[in-house]
Amino acid sequence: MPQIFHRSTNTLAKLSIFGSIFVLLFVTWAVAEINRSSWNTGAFDEREQPVQFSHKHHTGDDGIDCRYCHTSVEVSSNAGLPPTKTCMNCHSQLWSDSPYLEPVRASWKENKPIEWTRVHDLPDYVYFNHSIHVAKGVGCSSCHGRVDEMPLVYQAASLQMEWCLECHREPERYLRPKSEVFNMDWQQENALAENKTAEQLARGRQLKAEYKVRPRAILESCSTCHR
Amino acid sequence: MASRVDEPHDDLIHVTPNPVIEPGHTAASVTDKISALVLKRKTPLAWYIGFFISFSLANVLMFTIAYLVTTGIGIWGNNWPVGWAFDIINFVWWIGIGHAGTLISAILLLLRQEWRTSINRFAEAMTLFAVACAGLFPLLHTGRPWLAYWMLPYPNTMNIYPQFRSPLMWDVFAVSTYASVSALFWYVGLIPDFATLRDRAKNRAFKVVYGMLALGWRGSARHWHRYETAYLLLAGLATPLVLSVHTIVSFDFAVSQLPGWHATIFPPYFVAGAIYAGFAMVLLLTIPLRKFYGLEDFITLRHLRNSAKIMLATGLIVGYGYMMEAFMAWYSASEYEGFMLKNRIWTGPYWWAYALLLITNIIIPQILWSKRARHNTAILFIVSLIISVGMWLERFVIIVTSLHRDFLPSSWAMYRPTIFDWSMFIGTIGLFFTLLLLFIRFLPAISIFEMRTILPGAAPKEEG
Repeated sequence: MPQIFHRSTNTLAKLSIFGSIFVLLFVTWAVAEINRSSWNTGAFDEREQPVQFSHKHHTGDDGIDCRYCHTSVEVSSNAGLPPTKTCMNCHSQLWSDSPYLEPVRASWKENKPIEWTRVHDLPDYVYFNHSIHVAKGVGCSSCHGRVDEMPLVYQAASLQMEWCLECHREPERYLRPKSEVFNMDWQQENALAENKTAEQLARGRQLKAEYKVRPRAILESCSTCHR
Repeated sequence: MASRVDEPHDDLIHVTPNPVIEPGHTAASVTDKISALVLKRKTPLAWYIGFFISFSLANVLMFTIAYLVTTGIGIWGNNWPVGWAFDIINFVWWIGIGHAGTLISAILLLLRQEWRTSINRFAEAMTLFAVACAGLFPLLHTGRPWLAYWMLPYPNTMNIYPQFRSPLMWDVFAVSTYASVSALFWYVGLIPDFATLRDRAKNRAFKVVYGMLALGWRGSARHWHRYETAYLLLAGLATPLVLSVHTIVSFDFAVSQLPGWHATIFPPYFVAGAIYAGFAMVLLLTIPLRKFYGLEDFITLRHLRNSAKIMLATGLIVGYGYMMEAFMAWYSASEYEGFMLKNRIWTGPYWWAYALLLITNIIIPQILWSKRARHNTAILFIVSLIISVGMWLERFVIIVTSLHRDFLPSSWAMYRPTIFDWSMFIGTIGLFFTLLLLFIRFLPAISIFEMRTILPGAAPKEEG
């Protein structure tokens, strides 16, 4: 009777046993990496806006406070986008005939809001509230990065759940005094990164107690964010 | 001279009136007869009819699942307070049926019960297909089956892990372990037979497929040595699973604090019930199989008789379980337990289910005490069918009657299955039989090489 299989199939069979383990491990690793990559999360992707507005110029160079435009950040879930009127407070006088500002003037004349492109878009099943974070000493730059150095704003973090939980499980790593919340420069080297210096942890614990930040069991409970 | 211990088969063959294999067979005739089922014999018309019916029902399942996934589990009848109904009833029912396979293949192997040999392959296949049907229910009950991998602990971007304190999580591990060990056990047992089929096949496609599945088996002494070791190890691994899987399934209920579920008797009584249902299904399948394929020589009355005895024993344990449930409801002096029991048996709207349960599961199977009933295949078949219904009713009673009367009377409600509850259940029966019929058609339903070992004179003679 002729052989059904060539001799080489012996090697193939043995290889496939070990090979499958490596293939499985590789696939798992690749999927995990792709999931966390900015290609999937949209992080570091600078979004074009209808107006050539630079946060770097207005915040970094001119020193305008975040709250001048994002007025509801301390009282509402939404930080708020400024109406065209806020722009015109200055730009009716400054650069009032600059071609860059034409869309702003058009919006003002037609009484039609500028349609900004959203950069940080959380899924609809997440209840996020800006005011509580600001009130408990979470700084703007902790989540949004150095907006004062971004000509075009991009998402500085993955916005994945593991990233939220990093702080919700151990807020002391990131908390800062309330007076420093809007300070873009505050400990910039540690924002968004592993922040476990003894100094920060000691201060963080103290602030956590002082601001009555809820215990971990509540902060990481499902219904805190998914209601 | 060889002692009786050295030749355990001889007494089975010559002493007992109903041997495990009818006299007159040789190694060649056994191999011929079983492999012919797959390779030579014309597929009987009954196979085509059976396959047509079961495949149609499997398609009903497919359409139900498609509708379920696109619409949501609201198409089922479960609603508060009966949040679990057909989905979990059918899950437990199917998982229970699977138990006989592992019991036959692992425990009876370790206990050296030679009569298991001609039904183990078949029972293992039955286990696998029953577990496949069972797995569908909790998977689809999640509502989003495409996210079912969330139940596994893997490093995810949500940075959360499964809740290991939940018995539902234990279920995931118990059932998936059970499925994989059963599949492995079944496959390892098939390897020498795949080689036989490879060598006997005339068609090239069959040769290649069976050849790949045989993993290069040549039947050398070294192969056999390793094979026996592996098989024994797997049997050892599978043995605790017979007890653990249904114990953990019973924890789904027993760990909760609902009257009617919160009972320490649950694990042993669930395991006994599972074996009870499993053997009923084994008989339900083997009786027509041996008849249509003329396998009376290999699956003898002795097998049927032994299965009937196991059913009788486990059925009595189940009866004891019902008794203890009732006793504890009274003895605990808990108002809620007492109410639950009274409502379940007598005053509640589902009293008929409990009455039917007692009739089908406890009263009718007592006929198996009679030797004549145990030797009559028609009676055995009907009793097995009744027990299968009874075991389904048992889960219905446990689940629905405990849930439909909540602690708050304002939450009381009735459970009524919708047409999709039924089509899903009947569909899985279709899927089960489709897989089983394909198995009978393409794989040796009886282990060829193990049958050869129980032939008279197969045991090695001791010299001197």
